[in-house]
Amino acid sequence: MAQSSQAAEGLDSIPALLQRNASQYANRPAYREKEFGIWQCWTWAEAEKEIEALALGLLNLGVDEGDFVAIIGRNRPHFYWSMVAAQSVGAIPVPLYQDAAAEEMAYVMDHCGARFAIVEDQEQVDKVIDIQDELHQFEHMIYVDQRGLRKYDHHKLHTFAGVQDQGRAAYWEFIEDLKERRAKLNYDSICVMLYTSGTTGKPKGVVLSNRNIIEASRSSAEFDNLTKDEEVLAYLPMAWVGDFIFSIGQAYWCGFCVNCPESADTMQIDLREIGPTYYFAPPRVFETQLTNVMIRMEDAGRLKKWLFDVFMAHARKVGPAILDGKQVSGWDRFKYALGNLVIYGPLKDTLGFGRVRVGYTAGEAIGPEIFDFYRSLGINLKQLYGQTEASVFITLQPDGEVRSDTVGVAAPGVEIKIADNGEVYYRGPGTFEYYYKNEESTKKTKDAEGWVATGDAGFFEEGSGHLRIIDRAKDVGQMADGKMFAPKYVENKLKFFPNILEAVVFGNGREACTAFINIDLNAVGNWAERNNIGYASYQELAGHPKVLEMIQGHVEEVNRSLADDPMLSHCQVHRFLVLHKELDADDGEMTRTRKVRRGVIAEKFEDLLGALYDGSSEIYTTTEVTYEDGRKGAISATLQIRDAAVVPVGNDKKVAAE
Amino acid sequence: MKDMDADGYTTADGRRIGSVVMEMKNITLRFGGVVAIKDISFDIREGEIRAIIGPNGAGKSSMLNVISGFYNPQEGEVWYKGQKRPPMKPYQVARQGIARTFQNIALFDGMSVLDNIMTGRIRQMNAGLLAQAIWKGKAEAEETENREAVEKIIDFLEIQHIRKTPVGRLPYGLKKRVELARALAAEPSILLLDEPMAGMNVEEKEDMSRFILDVNDEFGTTIALIEHDMGVVMDLSDRVVVMDYGKKIGDGTPDEVRSNQAVIDAYLGVAHD
Repeated sequence: MAQSSQAAEGLDSIPALLQRNASQYANRPAYREKEFGIWQCWTWAEAEKEIEALALGLLNLGVDEGDFVAIIGRNRPHFYWSMVAAQSVGAIPVPLYQDAAAEEMAYVMDHCGARFAIVEDQEQVDKVIDIQDELHQFEHMIYVDQRGLRKYDHHKLHTFAGVQDQGRAAYWEFIEDLKERRAKLNYDSICVMLYTSGTTGKPKGVVLSNRNIIEASRSSAEFDNLTKDEEVLAYLPMAWVGDFIFSIGQAYWCGFCVNCPESADTMQIDLREIGPTYYFAPPRVFETQLTNVMIRMEDAGRLKKWLFDVFMAHARKVGPAILDGKQVSGWDRFKYALGNLVIYGPLKDTLGFGRVRVGYTAGEAIGPEIFDFYRSLGINLKQLYGQTEASVFITLQPDGEVRSDTVGVAAPGVEIKIADNGEVYYRGPGTFEYYYKNEESTKKTKDAEGWVATGDAGFFEEGSGHLRIIDRAKDVGQMADGKMFAPKYVENKLKFFPNILEAVVFGNGREACTAFINIDLNAVGNWAERNNIGYASYQELAGHPKVLEMIQGHVEEVNRSLADDPMLSHCQVHRFLVLHKELDADDGEMTRTRKVRRGVIAEKFEDLLGALYDGSSEIYTTTEVTYEDGRKGAISATLQIRDAAVVPVGNDKKVAAE
Repeated sequence: MKDMDADGYTTADGRRIGSVVMEMKNITLRFGGVVAIKDISFDIREGEIRAIIGPNGAGKSSMLNVISGFYNPQEGEVWYKGQKRPPMKPYQVARQGIARTFQNIALFDGMSVLDNIMTGRIRQMNAGLLAQAIWKGKAEAEETENREAVEKIIDFLEIQHIRKTPVGRLPYGLKKRVELARALAAEPSILLLDEPMAGMNVEEKEDMSRFILDVNDEFGTTIALIEHDMGVVMDLSDRVVVMDYGKKIGDGTPDEVRSNQAVIDAYLGVAHD
């Protein structure tokens, strides 16, 4: 088996892969980061030296085997080095979401008992100092960016470069120890611990072994023929399993280069400059980009707009077929090539997708229009289905079998079964070891034979054998008349409209479905500008009668499309309101990965939910909001509640009064 | 007044403030018959954040213009680094290491952020016109060096994402930040900020305050600022001069000034009965 052959080669840990890359790909780029306007580059040999210096420095500070090292910062080479350096000395890296509030960090750092933290800048240092009284085991903090920290008490605070310097100085003292610890690492040792955000309850620490990470990276890299020549842009949160697999697992396995953007705001510019060949983004990113393109095309000259419309129509017709290698007539191919010259090529270049060979999206359902838009341009965008507990990969779409409504076939080595209640189970080499200090949850999620419950309901499509996910299993409920209620499915349909940013559909145990809607400030703002609608704030725009009318149009369109689906026609939205604030992770309404927390929202906006069902046409409400720095405030508004027309289905002839 | 001697003092947060770097002695400034500033004296110490506050028309901007050399006072003396300053043109003052920002943003709208900030480096560019035109030798080396300095400031003020954007397209808060960047590019020893937070929302003000503190902390730049927002002033500055109708009515630490009866009257108004 491949597994044992690797163990024989000694490539059974990330530090071991680093050693291989440093000799095999010594002069090839391993990391790039844009700083001071210039892309700085580290080769594999240089990266290995940096990591070694840091690892020696960590030994010097007294990091023990089995210690947890919290890593808090945005995607920068330093933090990737930190993770591998921690592994090299036998410690376990725990990357955290850098935008998490102090209490959230306190919980996680206390739960794993981190003795060390490697953080980015003053903001993170301050946060950790704020919570350190609650952390009994916590000892040392290392920071990268010195700004503003000069005058802090440096007893327990160290600069990243300083730790490396000390490591280099103490080379002969610690190198034997380092080598020894590195040699001890094997397939069973823990590679990383990642906290899942969880739509309910406290975060859980998912323990992933070297076997999980390396096997998942190896098989997925083979699945898509990834090579040492790939370029990726690392911009997704480091605490998220996807980034760990792409920027460490696959990057170390294949030996390709990880590029880090200059700052979160420059991501689009950096994307264009790097032109990644392998790219991953949640649907939201693709949505935003498409919305931006459309907004800009609205403002374009007439000729340009005409060209765009004509060629995009053609691309939608034949683009996906050409990408899938299906039969397309010579004339259509010629027209497509022409379009590539004048529209698709330049557009792809502007978006930064000029060189993308394999692109993935996952995490949420992607709108068919959005998905087709990118594929028709010739970008090989595919879907995968995964979760932290699986080291990402559960299913993948093979080239040539890509569709917007399925998530593909089982990933290499992964087995999938569907339980009687429709819940999807899987097991495979990437399946996590256990939840840290949480035996109960481990037992609940992973059974003795290694089958893991995904919490999602789905089914295999007949014919193609592709998996289709309907909804979170626990969200699927029953309406008052016993029919299936699948909120996510309806929400996704609503969110496919660029004007709708978020939607939360209610209806479990009720007679009819209703919805909270968040408008997309970008798209609706632009629309308002073009239609001479003045507004001073998000709240005002969200409450504007014309906006409500437009949203109503979208809701009714969704109702019409739901009516065609025999399984879910009763889930049509009867009444809705547009929320006066954006749902936000800081207020606990969403997870850090931006999934709505249904329960929290229903509780927090109880009054609004009541109004949706008691027939009133407007309601006054006050809501507490949390600012970025943790302070609290309140906003109040009078919200209109609207009835949407529903399409009568079968015996249910009820039509909402309008 | 807090403990202070010729060598300076130490602030509550442990910053070391040095000796007097600039001293205004009995300044009086008149425009025709209007007395804008009347017999005002105060000093600015090395490394300190010094605020000038006062109601509308108190003469704050005039005071700043005296410091920057835009106005020459009819009476009084300006002492800078231990020397009395003769009447000067603003560019001469700038050469002495005093940079400023303006209340109503004075940037080049059509130029990119990067180019705007580069103009702040004019003092550091000495290559001749010809050398700059043909882009050889000294001119090239100079540009590289100055670009590096500018990039560090861009990084410091977190404006990487707008590096190549024309200034005219930027929102107000960012323009203010670009202006600060340009002033910093001159590597001033004293930085004059004329209402750096005027017209900003709370979040922008917080950001700006952070940057002002960071500039002071990181580069040790002495900062003199005029500001309307009392809360901001009290949080930021080490010492405050309060002006009203061209006269100085208070001078001291924020706490001292806050409890000064004349200041309270000027701000809240007194009954004229």
